[in-house]
Amino acid sequence: MSQQLENIDEILKAHKLSKLDYAHIKEILGREPNLVEIGIFSAMWSEHCSYKSSKKYLSGFPTKAPWVIQGPGENAGVIDIGDGMAAVFKMESHNHPSYIEPFQGAATGVGGILRDIFTMGARPVANLNSLRFGDIDGNSETNRYLRHLVRGVVDGIGSYGNCMGIPTVGGEMSFESCYNGNILVNAFSLGLAKADEIFYAKAEGVGNPVIYVGSKTGRDGLGGAVMSSDSFTEESKKLRPTVQVGDPFTEKLLLEACLELFKTDYVIGIQDMGAAGLTSSSFEMAGRSGSGMRMYLDKVPAREERMTPYEFMLSESQERMLICAKKGSEDKVIEIFKKWDLDAEVIGEVTDTGRMELFWHGEKVADIPVAPVSEEAPVLDRPIKEPSYLKEIKTINLEPIKAKSNQEIFEKLIHSLDVVDKSWVYSQYDYTVQTNTQKAPGSLDASVIRVKENGKALALSSDCNPRYCYIDPKKGAALAVVESGRNVAMTGARPLAITDCLNYGNPENPEVMWQFAKGCEGIKEACSALNTPVVSGNVSLYNETNGESIFPTPSIAMVGLNESQERVLHSKFKNEGDIIVLLGKTKGEYGGSLLLKEMQNEIRGEISDIDYEKELKLWDFIIKANEQGLLESAKDLNIGGLAIALYKVCAISNMGCNVKTSLKDLELFDESQSRAIVSLKEENLEKVLNLANELGIEAEVIGKTESNKITINDITIDLEKAKDIYFNTFKKVIEQDL
Amino acid sequence: MKAAILRFPGTNCEFDTNYALKRLGFETQIVWHKEEKLPKCDIVVIPGGFSYGDYLRSGAIARFSPIMKAVEAYAKKGGYVLGICNGFQILTEANLLPGALKRNTNLHFISKFQHIKVASNKNRFLSKCKVGEILYVPVAHADGNYFIDEEGLDDLIRNDQILVQYCDKNGEFFDLNGSVNYIAGICNKEKNVFGLMPHPERAIEEVLGSVDGNKMLEGFLAC
Repeated sequence: MSQQLENIDEILKAHKLSKLDYAHIKEILGREPNLVEIGIFSAMWSEHCSYKSSKKYLSGFPTKAPWVIQGPGENAGVIDIGDGMAAVFKMESHNHPSYIEPFQGAATGVGGILRDIFTMGARPVANLNSLRFGDIDGNSETNRYLRHLVRGVVDGIGSYGNCMGIPTVGGEMSFESCYNGNILVNAFSLGLAKADEIFYAKAEGVGNPVIYVGSKTGRDGLGGAVMSSDSFTEESKKLRPTVQVGDPFTEKLLLEACLELFKTDYVIGIQDMGAAGLTSSSFEMAGRSGSGMRMYLDKVPAREERMTPYEFMLSESQERMLICAKKGSEDKVIEIFKKWDLDAEVIGEVTDTGRMELFWHGEKVADIPVAPVSEEAPVLDRPIKEPSYLKEIKTINLEPIKAKSNQEIFEKLIHSLDVVDKSWVYSQYDYTVQTNTQKAPGSLDASVIRVKENGKALALSSDCNPRYCYIDPKKGAALAVVESGRNVAMTGARPLAITDCLNYGNPENPEVMWQFAKGCEGIKEACSALNTPVVSGNVSLYNETNGESIFPTPSIAMVGLNESQERVLHSKFKNEGDIIVLLGKTKGEYGGSLLLKEMQNEIRGEISDIDYEKELKLWDFIIKANEQGLLESAKDLNIGGLAIALYKVCAISNMGCNVKTSLKDLELFDESQSRAIVSLKEENLEKVLNLANELGIEAEVIGKTESNKITINDITIDLEKAKDIYFNTFKKVIEQDL
Repeated sequence: MKAAILRFPGTNCEFDTNYALKRLGFETQIVWHKEEKLPKCDIVVIPGGFSYGDYLRSGAIARFSPIMKAVEAYAKKGGYVLGICNGFQILTEANLLPGALKRNTNLHFISKFQHIKVASNKNRFLSKCKVGEILYVPVAHADGNYFIDEEGLDDLIRNDQILVQYCDKNGEFFDLNGSVNYIAGICNKEKNVFGLMPHPERAIEEVLGSVDGNKMLEGFLAC
């Protein structure tokens, strides 16, 4: 089966394996590897599959709480949401493919995360996405290509989720030059299941059949996991054939067939075929159970002729699953998939050898011990070094901005693409299907879906401010957790747990690795302090083009529970004449602010210490006041501070405001944490102020809602004009060359 | 009142429709497209989704499913049939309703809450609504651009077959997707087969933002 391969150096290079890896492989096998085996090791030890650079730092994440049913390590995390129901969720990146081929890259990103959810027995009920692009406005080739990417990514996400009938209920989109050569596409999905009917990725019981279901295997996506584990250069666009092609219709059939199968008791374990396809699914299932497996690759349904064992093992064709079923149930399992016009074939069986044995028309073509490949993949301790840029960006100079009027500043900031409404994007996503959406995209802060099964509601928010992460990788990551939790709390829900998608640059650069290490520290600190454990996640490294790494971008998605779907708090003002109260302390925070970026094109400064206790009290305040029915609306303050928060709320409420606050000058744009604005009926003012006082939260009555004008101290703008800018700016930019 | 809700491969609103109709007091049954017979029922509902992935043309493949022969016979005998979104597309492809649904003029999927105005209530479906009444109901489609030739449009108008039209919150007609005459939904001449792009089954509870869909679907209850 094995003989010394000719030109082994070239083969190793093509598979991104080092001489050291090669020696390690020979040691594991006790002989020379053949090409199939090299392909398998290459895929399984790729950064994408093995987490070899990141594992060291991920191990200390807080992952436990009484409501956590399943933490990291499975296809998705699971939390208890009461009355026997569980929420299953995860976020994943599809960055590199989306840059090469935006429509298919983004579409298959959605397809992949959906399979992670329904693999566990849950029906997906809500999607979010977190998208980062570069400079989309302007006439350069880069600007035009980025607009093409935005349009393609949005189209791809919409086409997949819409066809599947899963509402895309929210997300975020922001823009920094650092993403010009490396956009980020992070997709989140959440599903619902009965808490005692969760399925896991395992393969056990000697003789139990291993069944392949779903689409046929083609040559698409060949080597995708390895491609995603490398930096980008101009050459990378040539890698288009490594991008998978999605078929949401087949995935919809696969979803329904799997959910039908889960109602039976035939399933031992199930795993989707994502990155590294049949290789990773089979190794992971066997690895987790300490089993072995025998697979007959000539039995795998093929879409193309003359495919080889190597190609079958490494193809990333979409919409496929591997199932370990109970012996004797084969025909019944196959019958369910046939009903849905899907392929289903027994391609192997579970053994107790602890080895993966692969056959091709009777001949053994690979024989690898499972554990060293899946569970004992190499862990690296890469060198780290504090980035030199950090010392140079600590100070900020606000004097030139102070020379300008607040009105002038305001009018500049309200045009920012990070601020304006993105209905051009979300109106391409079906967000009302499944009839659960209570707080839809565009409504600010978290999105909310009700849970028909138990009368409760789930709030979801994905957040990260890459500017904060650039100037302070640790606090920036912590603040992503804090902000996502705050957004969830603003709807009256209690934040429960997060999933993360850690997007960083090239780990072989010690400065990037330092950013990553600090980011993990920040997430650990925030998740512990806020009691919101990490239940699932994904790491995306090598987000670098021509040596330029992206800003650290740890996307965080928080999930929270509202005990009553009747008491979901919205961000928009309800009645004219309601009182507006500003909660929290304004401390003079301008580091990484929207103000600096828009007015001086600078991303610099520092972030002050995070007061988690204060943050939790703010959450408590909103949740309690909402339970008592004291509030009409709540909106947290983030980029652009109080002025921008009021602008956005007024625009979506079709209502103005008359605000006079003690905040002076630039403080209107200050980005201090742990702050919010709430609106309430005058009759509830005393109770609200008492509750704030009880919890030790600063509260200032700053004004009232009114009909047609937005007035904030010395800033004033006509509501109609504000709405026009808020709702139409993005469309003008993105469609300028159509 | 018994409703048969059809399920094709790729249908994705069958459970929403089932939930909405049950809440209103319908007895419901979901029927697989490979069936050749309809169960005993008072109305057939073809729900929204992407039957056969919308491949070839929305609704073009589903119309050949075995169950559609039974639906055609049922409609010819005067039975009530309601097609929502993809269901509307399937009914035009099956020639049970006139006209066709093309790609939206902006070439994008359009998902939003939309105002629609009742054009006629002289039919079972909208019997609980007033003419000129403005309803607020979600739309979610890529191919909702209703087309019919001039002669056909004259027929629709003459026979009072236009059910609802897109409008703004003040009732002014609104060009959402390029549809001829702002048409959002129609019925056949005999007024027993109905199709519309908006989703009444998604506007059934206050927590979802509108209850206007109930008023529409309830029209069938008195059957």
